[in-house]
Amino acid sequence: MNDMSNKWIGARTIRPDGADKVTGRAQYSADFAMPGMIWGKVLRSPHAHAVIKSIDTSKAEALPGVKAVVTAKDFVPFPVDKPVALGIQDMRWMARNILAHEKALFHGHPIAAVAAISEEVAAEACKLIAVDYEVLPHAIEIEDAIKPDAPILHDFLKHEGKPSNIAGTMVLKTGDVEKGFAEADVVVEHTFTSRPVHQGYIEPHACTVSYAADGRVTIWSSSQGQFMVRAMTSLLTGIPQSNIRAIPAEIGGGFGGKTIIYLEPVAVLLSKKSGRPVKMVMTRDEVMRATGPAPGSLMTVKIGAKKDGTLVAAKGEFYLQAGGLPGSPLRGPVGCSFAAYAIPNILSTGYDVVSNRSKVAAYRAPGAPHGAFATESVLDEIAHKLGLDPLEMRIKNSVKPGDKAIYGPVFGDVTFVETVDAIRKHPHYTAPLDRNPRPGVKRGRGVASGFWYNAGGESSVQVNITEDGNVVVTTGHPDVGGSRASIANVVAELLGIDHSRVSVIIGDTQTIGFSNLTGGSRVTFASAMVATASVEKVVGQLKDRAAKIWNIDAEAIKWEDGMALPAGDNAGKFPPLSLKELAAKANEMGGPIGTQVQLNTTGADPGFATHCVDVEVDVDLGIVRVLRYTAAQDVGRALHPSYVEGQIQGGVVQGIGWALSEEYLYDKNGRVDNAGFLDYRMPVCSDVPMIEALVIEIPNSKHPQGVRGVGEAPIVPPLAAIANAVNDALGVRFFDLPMSPPRVTARLDEAG
Amino acid sequence: MSKLHVTTTINGEPVEYLCDASASMLDILRGPLGLTGTKEGCGSGDCGACSITVDGRLVCACLMLAAEAEGKAIGTIEGMAEHGVLHPLQQKFLEMAALQCGICTPGVLMASKALLERNPDPTEEEVRFWLAGNLCRCTGYDKIVRAVMETAADMRETVR
Repeated sequence: MNDMSNKWIGARTIRPDGADKVTGRAQYSADFAMPGMIWGKVLRSPHAHAVIKSIDTSKAEALPGVKAVVTAKDFVPFPVDKPVALGIQDMRWMARNILAHEKALFHGHPIAAVAAISEEVAAEACKLIAVDYEVLPHAIEIEDAIKPDAPILHDFLKHEGKPSNIAGTMVLKTGDVEKGFAEADVVVEHTFTSRPVHQGYIEPHACTVSYAADGRVTIWSSSQGQFMVRAMTSLLTGIPQSNIRAIPAEIGGGFGGKTIIYLEPVAVLLSKKSGRPVKMVMTRDEVMRATGPAPGSLMTVKIGAKKDGTLVAAKGEFYLQAGGLPGSPLRGPVGCSFAAYAIPNILSTGYDVVSNRSKVAAYRAPGAPHGAFATESVLDEIAHKLGLDPLEMRIKNSVKPGDKAIYGPVFGDVTFVETVDAIRKHPHYTAPLDRNPRPGVKRGRGVASGFWYNAGGESSVQVNITEDGNVVVTTGHPDVGGSRASIANVVAELLGIDHSRVSVIIGDTQTIGFSNLTGGSRVTFASAMVATASVEKVVGQLKDRAAKIWNIDAEAIKWEDGMALPAGDNAGKFPPLSLKELAAKANEMGGPIGTQVQLNTTGADPGFATHCVDVEVDVDLGIVRVLRYTAAQDVGRALHPSYVEGQIQGGVVQGIGWALSEEYLYDKNGRVDNAGFLDYRMPVCSDVPMIEALVIEIPNSKHPQGVRGVGEAPIVPPLAAIANAVNDALGVRFFDLPMSPPRVTARLDEAG
Repeated sequence: MSKLHVTTTINGEPVEYLCDASASMLDILRGPLGLTGTKEGCGSGDCGACSITVDGRLVCACLMLAAEAEGKAIGTIEGMAEHGVLHPLQQKFLEMAALQCGICTPGVLMASKALLERNPDPTEEEVRFWLAGNLCRCTGYDKIVRAVMETAADMRETVR
């Protein structure tokens, strides 16, 4: 089932959800409405840090048109001393993020919510809620939060025995790092910072919820996992999962940020109290202030090498912002930064730092771009110092199959070198570069690599043969970027039928088996694997039916080109039976044909990426412009090449924004000062060039089609690749992101 | 407060509605008129997800008052395909995978159509600057720009 001459696998087919999306008919989370629906609004904290002494909702409840008010007291309590894990989240923190409990922890933190007959009345009612705050000093930046006299966010958090804003640590080590540095001929150490960046999905969070008279709940919302929506809502409201139907709307971007929820449990209790369906839609301002960005970071990386470029020791200290509640993605920088390199001595430590900003959420390879920015910048400097080609140095130090990864397992396939080699041999890398095209303008070229774990995990897929002999496939994964298209290709291929006969839809929580989040670069890997197992079962059923009709052994039948054929001794004895013919006879020959397969998938080998970028710097204005970008990645097998390229291109441009323009600005009161798309500057079309994706296909031996995860690795190298290119252009290394015009000019002034 | 009565044309059909003086065109399209193909990404005219045309001019529906539609001809994404046949841009976006999540797509398509009506032979730079008001966070813009330029080439060929 892994024949490269496939008809549909690898074809650039039109996605099953495409026509609805280009005509405006696709329904995203804010596009639903219910009869009798009312509107929910959230009251948010005006303070960055404050004790909530009391909340009086009586005036709001008395306002005409108000139907319900809720505060944290209406939800299931999660005491701070009793961890309740749900996936990588802890419900203690989720509960307090969705509605503040003891304290308001950031400006914009939800305090209470109202449902009323219109958005205007709900907003008016929010103003009538009287909250008695005891305002506390706040800390926004990591440096401020870890000072000895910093305001402490949570009394129950202790670090080294003392109250602290360091909520947790993670340490990975191998060998003896000090001994390693002693053996090194060259050692480079630098401290780096990066700013929190938002995932930037264009669709704000929204939901429509119905709590019916019989206690059954229906939720329409977009997320990266309807089962996560159901589970978190159930835990926070006490409603059993069997009574919560979470229907996945089309999702308008997530990038990790929709792996948690903000509104759904609130809307459920507002609907329960009011007896009416409730719709809630965040504004962009709310999205920017109160939904998870990726953390900012403070990182020190030290790497030692021999004269020939052999890396002998690496030490990393990674402080990541968690926001107001614990839980930054430490495993990203701690585990990924050095993972692609066979370094005998490593000490990699992460610190989870709380401060008065919105709680971080996952963002594409969470934490890995930060670590790669530091590590790949240091590696670039080592290569320069030793007079080595930076790509040759990476190839020399690549991990090999059988090496033990610093994060635990033994590597199976390692396809890092292939990505480096693809860049090394690409005309981009060897093209001449006009370094001084105009007065005041300098150009440079940089490279960097990146590593991401990838993931398998739980997926369910149903394959049902319709009575007229076509195919309906149901998966449990919200489709963020073409996963339905990929699965349609796989199923058409395996059944040997025309692509147009396969329809792929996404089931809700009550119609498809448990399927874990769309995240971790896992969906195409896992759902293609499970779809394959489903189709194999269905083909078994089809052969059984043909065997009954022909009265021969099912083992003596093969499935080819959408037909059952008698094989072996029986070859040619009966005319083939097509899928349509077998479907027509299904009920008289044993019943409906179809199955659901549910698996906890394994075998997702890691993703490696290597990028090359040319930049141009306006030395007077400090503007850095990306002129050319080439990104190589091993994807195992591209089930649908266009959407594979799209993942790479999109990840790169998000990385460009992270490197050059995106950052949160805070005022002195700890409030976000740029909570909108005008001042929070994501790349627009005229900011970027075409992004060339070099799609390398070395099949993953543990996957039926050879798939490797794609979505996250592309955002890991750009930060460092661009910083290395800027260094190449100016001879000045940047340690702080973003390399925005004010920072670039300031750094150039400082460098003289 | 009494509502305003508005008589307008949307996608070639006569439409009447009542609106508050403060209601945006986007509120009315997505609310009472049920035309949810026009998306709201920011409400401040920065993302372009609500791009519509007003007498042929490209506008962010979130920045326009609903009352301003009086006597105007409004075009939305729901009117882009005619008689069930996709506009060449819509077809090309599907063929070239110029969308991922699709939330920006209606706005990008409306803006691209407005571009090609003015400039049937845009350079890459012209496409990129015309679409600079339409944020897309998924695609990195590569396939969008290519799809617009290929559609323009096809449409020029058809005219010839």
